[in-house]
Amino acid sequence: MTEPAHVPGPILRVTGIAKRFGNRIAVDKVSFELYAGEVLAVVGESGSGKTTLLECVSARQMPDAGRVEFLTRHEGVVDVYGLAESARRLLARTDWGYVHQNAIEGLRMNVSAGANVGERLMALGERHYGRIRDTAAHWLSRVEMDAARMDDSPKTFSGGMRQRLQIARNLVTQPRLIFMDEPTSGLDVSVQARLLDLLRSLTRQLSLAAVVVTHDLAVARLLAHRMMVMKDGCVVETGLTDQVLDDPQHPYTQLLVSSVLHP
Amino acid sequence: MKAADLPPHAPVARDAEYNFAYLDERTKRMIRRALLKAVAIPGYQVPFGSREMPLPYGWGTGGIQVTAAIIGPADVLKVIDQGADDTVNAVNIRRFFQRTAGVATTERTVEASIIQTRHRIPETPLEAGQIIVYQVPQPEPLQRLEPREAQSRRMHALAEYGLMHVKLYEDVARYGHIATTYDYPVMVNGRFLMAPSPIPKFDNPKMNMNPALQLFGAGREKRLYAVPPYTTVESIAFEDHPFEVQRWGSACALCGAQASFLDEVITDDQGGRMFVCSDTDYCRERRDAGD
Repeated sequence: MTEPAHVPGPILRVTGIAKRFGNRIAVDKVSFELYAGEVLAVVGESGSGKTTLLECVSARQMPDAGRVEFLTRHEGVVDVYGLAESARRLLARTDWGYVHQNAIEGLRMNVSAGANVGERLMALGERHYGRIRDTAAHWLSRVEMDAARMDDSPKTFSGGMRQRLQIARNLVTQPRLIFMDEPTSGLDVSVQARLLDLLRSLTRQLSLAAVVVTHDLAVARLLAHRMMVMKDGCVVETGLTDQVLDDPQHPYTQLLVSSVLHP
Repeated sequence: MKAADLPPHAPVARDAEYNFAYLDERTKRMIRRALLKAVAIPGYQVPFGSREMPLPYGWGTGGIQVTAAIIGPADVLKVIDQGADDTVNAVNIRRFFQRTAGVATTERTVEASIIQTRHRIPETPLEAGQIIVYQVPQPEPLQRLEPREAQSRRMHALAEYGLMHVKLYEDVARYGHIATTYDYPVMVNGRFLMAPSPIPKFDNPKMNMNPALQLFGAGREKRLYAVPPYTTVESIAFEDHPFEVQRWGSACALCGAQASFLDEVITDDQGGRMFVCSDTDYCRERRDAGD
């Protein structure tokens, strides 16, 4: 992992994020830090608050309490929830990316793949068709998609291709932080392996920081430098991925690790 | 004699059973308040309490309510439908206001103080003091792209209009050029994206810096919006695919006009056709002047 010398502190600092739905506590005071180029996996069973945490951190859902601070490119550290809504949305579509579990939620299914990739550029004021198209073609090739399919609708794409298209669409503004919610679930294992390989090389080449929510420990093992284990809205264990997986300390983590089948 | 039995050009007498211009005074005041807000924020869609009108939605209920709210006894009304003064929609709306308001009507653009229109802006340039009222079926330019209204309102509030260019991108990717020909989205006063109602994009440049007041009414969707006089109205496009209006290879077969919007008229079943001005008043004035 290479960390640029001019970045002193963490790129993302999350302090005491809490979210409840009525009487149910979804996320209970979670804090973590993330450095540039670092990949953090959040694991835990369904309903443990992983996705809610991700949505609260990525400003897609308002948390009840807590702070999210992000180190911007030009303005230093900003409090994400202290920003005006327009500035927050601008941040979310330039310096951040969000990869949904279900590609349909993250894509515009009724426009072509090229338009999907170009949307963020057009939202930022790019008004030159040729340039938008060239950039879109470049990013499609970066996610190993055939440029000939640029004008096809995502409806005609397979699940793996949709997921890669979603990633290209997020990377086009060269974000420094990307949130991923179960990026590989629902794909068969060979497609999963290719996607993981792609994500690994992209995060390394672009020095992308990422928060990956997953219930699949193998995904965490392959992608993440560090991991955080959640249960009932609380973090029960954190540490380096290999350390947590090979020597789990908390009883719940031990259960989780021992539940994985090894063929 | 019933109104329906009259020839199209016969004037109808004022029917005193109706309040002036059909709507009651409180409704007219409510619409005027909404119109003031619309004029103050050019291109912004103002919600209003659209009333049930004695004609179906889609026939111009929004435009009629706007006209009813602003018309006075001294006004001269012109109503056009697809550029023509003598089509069903235009004839009936003109009669409606003759009967309920007793106002003078005209077919000449220069004589009118209020012009209610569907699908066209007159070829004769409008002047300061005139008001043009558009009938709008779909006021939300983003609706086809973003079906959630809460989202599209937020996009207007934050001026996030990248999505509109996605639509144009799709056009260019699919057809090699921007294929939108009517209801071509415009940016008003550099701030609000606006649907110009289903006028051909040929008419879009006429909206820019127009000395007349332009009012838009959508009855079913319950929205009003406005472009005040001398306001910039810019048709959105790409730098390398700029906005262009339609061109015809021929001139009007009746008046010889080369710079007007032409309708293709099929004259027989042998492939015979002619191109004539869609604006009937403009065409007749040119022929009367002997051009």
